[in-house]
Amino acid sequence: MLAWTLYISFAAAAAMFLLKPDSRQGARVLALVAALAGLAVGVVGAVQHSGGGLVTIQKLPWVPTIGAEYHLAADGISLTLVILTGLAAVVGILFSWNVEHRTREFFAFYLALIGGVYGVFLSFDLLLLFVFYEIAIIPKYFLIAIWGSTRREYAAMKLALYSFIGSAMVLAGLVAAYVVSGAQTFNLIELAKYPFPVAFQNWVFPLVFVGFAILAGLWPFHTWAPTGHSAAPTAASMLLAGVVMKLGAYGCLRVAMTLFPEGLATWRNVFGGLAVVGIVYGALVALTQRDFKFVIGYSSVSHMGFVLLGLMTLSTIGLSGAVLQMFSHGVIAGLLFGVVGRMVYDREHTRDLDELQGRRLGRAMPFAAVTFVIAGFASMGLPGFSGFVAELKVLIGAWQTFPKLAVIAGVGIVLGVAYTLRTVQKAFFSGDLEDVPGTPHGGHGAGEGTITLPEKIGAAVLIATTVVIGLYPKLLLDWIVPSFSTPLFDGLRKGGLL
Amino acid sequence: MNVDYLQLLKLLAPECVVVLTVLAVLLADLQLWRNWSVSARSFGAASVLTLGFGAAAGLLIWKRAVTADLLGGSLVLTPVSQHVKLALLGLAVVTAWLCTEGKFTQHVGEFMALIALATTGMMLLVSTENLLLVFVALELVSLSLYVLTAFNKGSARSAEAALKYFLFGGMAAAFMLFGFSFLYGLTGSIHLPIIAAKISWQAADPLTLVAIVFVVVGFGFKIAAVPFHLWAPDAYEGAPASAAAFIASGSKVASFFILGKLLQVGLPGVAGSGAWKALAPGWMAVIAILATASMVFGNLAALAQSSLRRLLAYSAIAHAGYALLGLIGGSQSALLYYAITYAVTSMGVFGVVAVMENRAGSESVVGLAGLRERSPLLAGVLTVFVLSLAGIPPLAGFFGKFYVFIAAAKQGEGLGYWWLVALALAASCVSLYYYLQVLKQVWVVPSERPGQGGVAGGIVVSGLLVVLAVVVVALGCAPELLLRFLK
Repeated sequence: MLAWTLYISFAAAAAMFLLKPDSRQGARVLALVAALAGLAVGVVGAVQHSGGGLVTIQKLPWVPTIGAEYHLAADGISLTLVILTGLAAVVGILFSWNVEHRTREFFAFYLALIGGVYGVFLSFDLLLLFVFYEIAIIPKYFLIAIWGSTRREYAAMKLALYSFIGSAMVLAGLVAAYVVSGAQTFNLIELAKYPFPVAFQNWVFPLVFVGFAILAGLWPFHTWAPTGHSAAPTAASMLLAGVVMKLGAYGCLRVAMTLFPEGLATWRNVFGGLAVVGIVYGALVALTQRDFKFVIGYSSVSHMGFVLLGLMTLSTIGLSGAVLQMFSHGVIAGLLFGVVGRMVYDREHTRDLDELQGRRLGRAMPFAAVTFVIAGFASMGLPGFSGFVAELKVLIGAWQTFPKLAVIAGVGIVLGVAYTLRTVQKAFFSGDLEDVPGTPHGGHGAGEGTITLPEKIGAAVLIATTVVIGLYPKLLLDWIVPSFSTPLFDGLRKGGLL
Repeated sequence: MNVDYLQLLKLLAPECVVVLTVLAVLLADLQLWRNWSVSARSFGAASVLTLGFGAAAGLLIWKRAVTADLLGGSLVLTPVSQHVKLALLGLAVVTAWLCTEGKFTQHVGEFMALIALATTGMMLLVSTENLLLVFVALELVSLSLYVLTAFNKGSARSAEAALKYFLFGGMAAAFMLFGFSFLYGLTGSIHLPIIAAKISWQAADPLTLVAIVFVVVGFGFKIAAVPFHLWAPDAYEGAPASAAAFIASGSKVASFFILGKLLQVGLPGVAGSGAWKALAPGWMAVIAILATASMVFGNLAALAQSSLRRLLAYSAIAHAGYALLGLIGGSQSALLYYAITYAVTSMGVFGVVAVMENRAGSESVVGLAGLRERSPLLAGVLTVFVLSLAGIPPLAGFFGKFYVFIAAAKQGEGLGYWWLVALALAASCVSLYYYLQVLKQVWVVPSERPGQGGVAGGIVVSGLLVVLAVVVVALGCAPELLLRFLK
């Protein structure tokens, strides 16, 4: 059932080219229908799944010569992220309803990316997972290079090369694991059972972990993220921050950590430290940015730091917090980028905070302002929003293992409040009241000022999600927590790490 | 020696049919089609060639399970060699049809005949374990390809390319023959299994090393590995597109096949090692050095190219380096899968190049600007080919690389050839940059002159390009389709 998420996405991407080249509305509707169908399949599949244990969806021989299988399966972690992907896909399309330039191709690349992401979250064969992981790289390049803004070609190439270097490292680790185990299989569960020599794990673990973590924005390999996010068109930044960064974190958890638990034990302090550096550094840099999107871009680096820190705690509470944070950040970052990219930039044609400062957008676009304030609160980690539960769990987990790091990460949260409030203030609520007579501010015609219905729906969906999960996190945790008891995590449990 | 000529004829029937095709094409072009237009003649010749090769392929499929070893290793047939021959026939047919795209010559009959002659050479090359026959077959291939390269008489670059190719090739052939003569002198045989039995480091002789190096020089030239690659950029640039495509595809497949066979069947006793911190004299070390140099130099030089063909030439050099990893890994199926999928892909790219040059008169990377508007079909297939060259899944190029990496990583003790795999991975990150530059022109950059007319190849060539693209995708998604024929 869940496998249809990716089939629908790829099929719809291909079907785009059957439409007439200039049929914009058709492309939008097709994309929306496909994304909704994907989300619906994801939700239904997840509800039927119940529990969070590991359930095989499809298992067929793929390349018998080397033992690769077409093996799709899902546990609670996959389910959480599949639903996140579905949500982000739907909302991203709603927020790119105004794409007029090469609309058909835009949604084709967009859906191909989504399909690849679904594929990664559902693959339990290492080679298959890698294939989907790489499929996601190329559409990202085109989405940014064609439809992007500031320095788009540079940012697109940077993002593609960073992703590709990361995946080359992963590939090296994958080949190494396959060759050393000699098991003639890429089955993750089988490979996780194999006791790789410790010396081997000690060099392969950092290789694979960093390879994936590059995409998760691990400091100091995060620099693709802010440039990529700010150059990307709105929907693509929403996907980049919302799902693609999660691909990296997911790979760390699903592949690097389960396959090489001893290597993890050796390196966890290092990566825990880097995660915290990322939290604080991202927040500090966000505090000084002038470009609105760069603020959000660096805040993503900071929030993804929590995910990585949660992973390194190796306690059920920290790990489940990390997965919850992946979901939560996906929703919140999507919302923030939606407001900045679609609501503000497409209308004001600037993202410079100093320039926006005089325009008092809170008056001109009350909806955008309210949305951004809510998203900002969620991003700060105010109770009642999903970010609070997730970051709290991560911090509790971290407190048990790395008390010092937990304290520093706490500083990161305070900084998060600071840069969020500064941005809200500058972007929406400064400037003389007398100057601005309540009308939209120069540079754009009437009508552009009003927020359209698709945007309102998209924003409402994301806000509702973060509030529901914030108030009732058990909804997702009931899936996430049991996932850590599957055989995949045996290696971690055996080492007493979990 | 008793020779059963009838059996020999039966086993060589496909080659005979190909030779008859050569004559048929020449004759038909000379006698029947004198008053036809050039393009009609090229269609006619391509059709005759397709029919003939189809018949040869039919014979091969009929006898595909054959195993034979005749005349002291002069004719050695295995199911794998039969399948490789099928692939060679297929590549030759595509080359012939590509030739219909382009008006570089009046003498299409001769051009097609040379393609078929080269194919004969390649087919013989993959079905022998006799050094002399290897040499003769290789020369048949080379001489045909030199002439094909020079076929564009109106172009000085074509002549220059052919001369360069010929001079380098002649030198390389001399080295190879010299190497073979050493092997004969050392073992008293030109039959690979006998050489294998007699040659090893136990009877250590510096001459063995000389022989190995000379043989590798000869083949290094054929596969365009650094430092024997100097002819490649010029030949790729000057030759008619279809000839360049054949040099890049068919010739590579056959050369890799026989190089692998010669080293693994003929010289296993002097393999030596190129493993990490365990360097030992032998061909493994030499091949490891060639692979390193090719991957590094090919990819770095490709970064600086503005001509599409030269870019492809340097990318071909880099790909020869990756393929050598399969040779080091000692996996024939990895090597052949890589060589064949690479051949199909580069055939496709050259097809696009041929159409672009013929219809739009542009041969630079920048000339591809706005291709997605001018020809969505060409843009689409070119994207598939280029991404496959870059090694992006789920295309054939990815699995080819992956499979040779696994083969090389399995080889040796401890760290073994990991250094080479790591280097190859790093090199492919570099290569993504220039491949994306090509795709950027196709998809991102708008056409230089808005409203510039569309580009469209002939219907046959367009159809072939689509077929090649489908093959690349299919072999990438389901590698087993090809792999099961290579074991």
